Amino acid sequence: MPYIYIQPIKTDYAPWIEGLEKSVYTVFGYHTKVANLDINLEKTFDQTRHQYNSSQILLQIISRPPADAVKVLGVVNVDLFIPILTFVFGEAQLRGIGSVIALHRLNNKFYGLSEDRELLKERLVKEAIHELGHNFGLVHCNNQSCVMKSSTYVEEVDQKSADMCSRCRELLRELL
Amino acid sequence: MKPSDIHILIVDDEASIRDALKQWFELDGYNVSSAEDANAALLKLQQGPWDIVMLDIKMPGIDGLELQRRIKKIDKNIITIMITAFASVETSIQALKEGAFDYIVKPVDPDDMSHLIRNAVEQRRLMHENNQLRQHIDDISFSDEIIGESPEIKKVLEKVLEVSQTDSTVIIKGENGSGKELIARAIHSQSHRKYFPIITINCGAYSDGLLESELFGHEKGAFPGALYRRQGRLEMADKGTIFLDEIGQISDKMQADILRVLDTRQFSRLGGDKVIDVDFRIICSTTHDLERAVQEGSFREDLYYRLNVVTISIPPLRERKLDIPALARFFIKKYSQSMNKNVLDISQDTLDMLVEYNWPGNIRELRNVIERAMVVAKGNLVELDDLSFFFPVVDIGSEETLPSLDEVEKIHIQKVLDQTNGNIAQAAGILKVSRLTMYNKIEKYQLKKSKNDMPH
Repeated sequence: MPYIYIQPIKTDYAPWIEGLEKSVYTVFGYHTKVANLDINLEKTFDQTRHQYNSSQILLQIISRPPADAVKVLGVVNVDLFIPILTFVFGEAQLRGIGSVIALHRLNNKFYGLSEDRELLKERLVKEAIHELGHNFGLVHCNNQSCVMKSSTYVEEVDQKSADMCSRCRELLRELL
Repeated sequence: MKPSDIHILIVDDEASIRDALKQWFELDGYNVSSAEDANAALLKLQQGPWDIVMLDIKMPGIDGLELQRRIKKIDKNIITIMITAFASVETSIQALKEGAFDYIVKPVDPDDMSHLIRNAVEQRRLMHENNQLRQHIDDISFSDEIIGESPEIKKVLEKVLEVSQTDSTVIIKGENGSGKELIARAIHSQSHRKYFPIITINCGAYSDGLLESELFGHEKGAFPGALYRRQGRLEMADKGTIFLDEIGQISDKMQADILRVLDTRQFSRLGGDKVIDVDFRIICSTTHDLERAVQEGSFREDLYYRLNVVTISIPPLRERKLDIPALARFFIKKYSQSMNKNVLDISQDTLDMLVEYNWPGNIRELRNVIERAMVVAKGNLVELDDLSFFFPVVDIGSEETLPSLDEVEKIHIQKVLDQTNGNIAQAAGILKVSRLTMYNKIEKYQLKKSKNDMPH
């Protein structure tokens, strides 16, 4: 039976894994497993930018995926970037197997606010569904409340829901 | 335009930048391709239509600035966005001067990038829409709606074609309902002003003050009730055509105002002092005999000569009876579609009756008659019965000896001729037909010109 694998990378997943697994199953209909891949996070650190290169992490995630993996989602708690952009919340291969998301900029602490664990979990679920949606072939959606709406600020993540709009749901059904 | 209709080409010698951008735009649903240098980019540019090219300014070989010049030579409408490091902002400014849409400094904030690409796509979408609308305007020909094969209407169409190539002022003369506005639109749609509006103003429908405000617009507070600044029709017609319908009905003051605008191509809004320059072509129409109005002193002579550069006279429908069948069939087709009815044609006897009729209301009257007949038509032919509202049975003779239409016409014409003592011009005036028609009828029915005459 194929699974969506979740790969926590140097981060404690106990606080959020249960909620994430439920949401992933609800949206995509796949059960999840926690992966235990050998990911070298330090290797992806950029000395000049003091950030981690998300594309390089993604390459490691997809290099040896578990045999029964339909998708693999990496979760880190560091600041991610791609070379052209100042930061990213996450990165996914369109119609590919792998994606990665970062808790770092989803956490209120990054913005000088007091930590809100529930809000963090909510944001994590939205970003995870969003990137996995790309893995299944969905592109960005214009519907403000759809989880596939592109978010470049954390406020935009909060504005959208964790659900897909009916059009994206329909497309996903065709793609699954 | 869907995102997948937008084709983006990324040109950068750094693979990581190329791949990151390609992937980022693909997630938005765009169609993305990449090239590692200018030569590869130029090859790809030949292959297909591109909407947006993002190009690195510093590349080995041909640099971004030179590549942009070559891209603009291939297609000046392609949107170019320069990618630069902080150090080469000056070069980016040079690129902007040479037509770049914008530039990004690496690394760029994701939000800025999203806005930039959204604006570029919107610009491209507007360009596309503009091209489509222009194409649509090119495809519309009002001449197609001018129906008829008669020599009279052919002469009118020849003149339309002739004057549409110039900017000359045109007076269109014709009776009510003869299609003056259609001719004005045909002239406009074939002129170089066709991408700009044709603004119609019915001069006869406004009082003096209102017409002034309609034509020139007004500033806020120019008169009680002028709550907002309002653009006048002349201003709206800038670069287009203004069609002054029923010009013969304007007052002396308006005649003076229009003459001044015609001479200077400048005016001010009511209550304003700013002089507005406009570029428009004037077409006007009249049902009145303007020459007589000039002689009688009710229309300014100088304005008449200023307007009367070219005159197009539309013959009344009764003088182009040849065209009635084609016009009737045109309206049947038109209303079949709009009323969703399967009426295909008109019966011959109905058509004969329409051709015989005098049509004082011209084509407008014919159109209304056909429209009404179409409402009641049952089968796929317009029959005589469908026109019973229009040609009621005349109560002549007893029921046993109901006369034919020809008989009714013969009796009626004879009656009129008797009354005018055989004066054909007078009789034609009463019957509202041309003298030629009168002579034809007299010939056809062998009528007497007066009671004392022998039958003709």
